[in-house]
Amino acid sequence: MWDWAFTIDILPVLARAAVITVQATAIGFVIAALLGLVLASIRLSSPAAGLVVAILVELVRSTPLLIQIFFLFFVLPKVGIVLDAFTAGVLAIGLHYAAYCSEVYRAGFENVPRGQWEASIALNLSPWTTFKDIILPQALPPVVPALGNYLIALFKETPLLSAIAVVELMQRAKIIGSETFRYTEPVTLVGLFFLVMSLLSAGLVRVLDGWLSRRYG
Amino acid sequence: MTEMPMVRYENVSKRYGAFTVLDNLNLDVARGEKVSIIGPSGSGKTTVLRMLMTLESINGGTLWVDGEPMTHMSKNGRLVPADARHIRRIRAKIGMVFQSFNLFPHMTALGNCIEAPITVLGMGRKEAEERAAELLDMVGLSAKKDHYPGQLSGGQQQRVAIARALAMRPKIMLFDEVTSALDPELVGEVLQVIRRIGAEHDLTMLMVTHQMGFAKEFSDRVCFFYQGKICEQGPPAQIFGNPQNERTRQFLNAVLEAG
Repeated sequence: MWDWAFTIDILPVLARAAVITVQATAIGFVIAALLGLVLASIRLSSPAAGLVVAILVELVRSTPLLIQIFFLFFVLPKVGIVLDAFTAGVLAIGLHYAAYCSEVYRAGFENVPRGQWEASIALNLSPWTTFKDIILPQALPPVVPALGNYLIALFKETPLLSAIAVVELMQRAKIIGSETFRYTEPVTLVGLFFLVMSLLSAGLVRVLDGWLSRRYG
Repeated sequence: MTEMPMVRYENVSKRYGAFTVLDNLNLDVARGEKVSIIGPSGSGKTTVLRMLMTLESINGGTLWVDGEPMTHMSKNGRLVPADARHIRRIRAKIGMVFQSFNLFPHMTALGNCIEAPITVLGMGRKEAEERAAELLDMVGLSAKKDHYPGQLSGGQQQRVAIARALAMRPKIMLFDEVTSALDPELVGEVLQVIRRIGAEHDLTMLMVTHQMGFAKEFSDRVCFFYQGKICEQGPPAQIFGNPQNERTRQFLNAVLEAG
């Protein structure tokens, strides 16, 4: 049954691995959020380039994240691009979620009424000013909850990094398990960590959304 | 040599697929002239303004603004289609007020009025704010300058939109059914502002309107559009008092009965 002494024993080790998990989440999400915005903006500005982006997005969304991780880690070295496990894994997660985030941004852009673009033309604003000052501030606040959901989804998929031996939380739990033949405590603790962090993040996103809709709604 | 008109539509056509919205339109608007455009819906009157504001492309003909072609530019002595820079330079002379206001909802009334002067004209923030405050005062909204559009009535929003357009110091102002989205009791305050800028500013104005009383009292000339053509035009006294064309008579009768 549950061994409290063992639990206390493995906590510091798991805590260190949790830092890796949080790092992977944070860096992965920054890549996803920024690259997603860039991809959606390209689709907004040029139909030709937009088509290429649309195909790439579809490609990424229609293949499993695990395969993409393997691809970056095991296949890219064949063409001379060697990435360490953490970099390859985080990059794959970032690229994967960038595809999803770009669709979220796109919905945000489409939600901005045509009249806003027309008023910007009538005031002779440059395309860049129109995008930065008029369209983006209206497109972003409504999509914050959807982006927040992807943050949580991305966070919950970081255990996939254990497949290429990144010692994040899940990998650490597996190592502890194989060394001690005790899986109950480490796996339960990892599950609890994800549960608590997910709930916390969801709460934060809700607070942020409330603030944004009061500010911009 | 006669002075070039402020705006000239020269054989301008606009089609959507097989449907011809405007058919070989020729229309000159003199410097400082106030022209009202009336007509049944679908007659192409809003398109006349939207083409001049470059919100719609044209399928044929040439648009002239202040003596220069807007849709074309001269390159090595030949007229070629205008590039973005040329269009932006000409467009700077034109301001537009929309039926649905189209204020920027995330900016205050003042913010709406300083955005373009700062980013397009390169004006300093302080100067832009002072001028915007003057304009908001002129439209009777100095007390509302820190309000967001969502906190203003339709009439107030439309007056902010007028101030915002004027802040760019246009030579030509386009008013596209600017009172059509307003509750009846708010129409007067907006028309009052238009009257005032008509009197105080040396602006050329084109307005599409359903306010026949206002068109009669305010404009120098009224154009009646029907099926993509100017069916009849002339001074308000003629159009409203003694219309020559049967279509004009039918339209005015219908509007008067409805009103």
